[in-house]
Amino acid sequence: MLDKDGIAKRIAKEIQDGYYVNLGIGIPTLVANYIPDGIQVVLQSENGLLGMGPFPFEGEESPDLINAGKQTITTLPGSSIFDSAESFGMIRAQKVDLTILGAMEVSENGDIANWKIPGKMVKGMGGAMDLVASAKNIIVAMQHVNKAGESKLLPTCTLPLTGVRCVKKIVTELGVFEIHPLGGFKLLERAPGISVDQIKNATAGKLIIDSDIPEMAV
Amino acid sequence: MINKVVSNADEAIKDIQDGMTLMLGGFGLCGIPENCIAALIKKGVKQLTCISNNAGVDDFGIGLMLKTRQVKKMISSYVGENAEFERQLLNGELEVELIPQGTLATRCMAAGYGMPAIFTPAGVGTEIAEGKETRNFHGKDYLLEMAFDADFAIVKAWKGDTAGNLIYHSTARNFNPAMAMAGKITIAEVENLVEAGDLDPDQIHTPGIYVHRIFQGARYEKRIENRTVRTHK
Repeated sequence: MLDKDGIAKRIAKEIQDGYYVNLGIGIPTLVANYIPDGIQVVLQSENGLLGMGPFPFEGEESPDLINAGKQTITTLPGSSIFDSAESFGMIRAQKVDLTILGAMEVSENGDIANWKIPGKMVKGMGGAMDLVASAKNIIVAMQHVNKAGESKLLPTCTLPLTGVRCVKKIVTELGVFEIHPLGGFKLLERAPGISVDQIKNATAGKLIIDSDIPEMAV
Repeated sequence: MINKVVSNADEAIKDIQDGMTLMLGGFGLCGIPENCIAALIKKGVKQLTCISNNAGVDDFGIGLMLKTRQVKKMISSYVGENAEFERQLLNGELEVELIPQGTLATRCMAAGYGMPAIFTPAGVGTEIAEGKETRNFHGKDYLLEMAFDADFAIVKAWKGDTAGNLIYHSTARNFNPAMAMAGKITIAEVENLVEAGDLDPDQIHTPGIYVHRIFQGARYEKRIENRTVRTHK
């Protein structure tokens, strides 16, 4: 089974040289720590920055330089800054190669719910709806089941949707899944020490198992 | 040239009336018009509709105007981190319209570009799409979203000149340029106000044509909402 860093590490392998990538809050943020050597990635922060660098050293933080999670950050050689309208323009125009974000639920046709739980205080969708509606490649990083032990990979989402038919791939602590064009979670890899049966038991949506499923190398 | 320079925040906001719609620049607490917010609280205008990406925190930013019950409605993309906001919302004392962040920015941009509406895919198939016109272009659905109509836009820049030209610093730019273009009247507060001619025309982010009033803020706290650091090796 993968821990959060394991999920991040596995997702990092999906990143190709020269990619512009938007990382959501939570596990996706950890992906930045595992970008393979020799690969150049530019991180986009939707509040208006390309080329997001690491946290600043203590004492060097600037209130004017934050990421979309409102954390103090740094720029890197080659960074650029722009306004919010332009930032979402480049997202909408699919200039960003890959979007990695968390989710509460994903359905077998690629719908995603990650912004609202009825009956609870709703904080807002931020940039998530714009990102999922436009991104050409979306990978979801999430736990396979919720705190109540219920599958988050469902036939249809029960929570209010963030976007429809948009998720391409899901990485959980149990495995890697691709959304099949005709619907269904196609199992691509098992997490270390996890059996296909364990994955079957934790997946409420249609699971597609085509062949022998390899254990992932992390 | 018309003199755009006003002496302070109180003068800049003097004709903002109860019930008006204001755009306020900033992302989180970054790049917010601190001095104008303080002046609005001092003036005590009420029943305001505020278009701003966030609603500040309990004791800073727009959160201060919530505390004094001056806001009737917030139009934002994300409003966490504010207990008073939550209390007023749950008690039905505050209206909130949550809209996707890119839609928020682009509805500002549309107003600034003289376009009545935009088409965006954000929110298609979700509750955001309810009651909105949907159009299909090249096989993909888009929602019709209207340009904002704000009485005042209040923005914060790093440098400005007496002609109203603005330069922002770092990610404190965020929503400020699009909002500056969108207000019927735009107020800019800046950290450094210089004479026209002191800024390089090639470096201007917001041309002065959009800015009606400008002043140098008396002081800037520039609070950090989420301080994250590395320790030295």
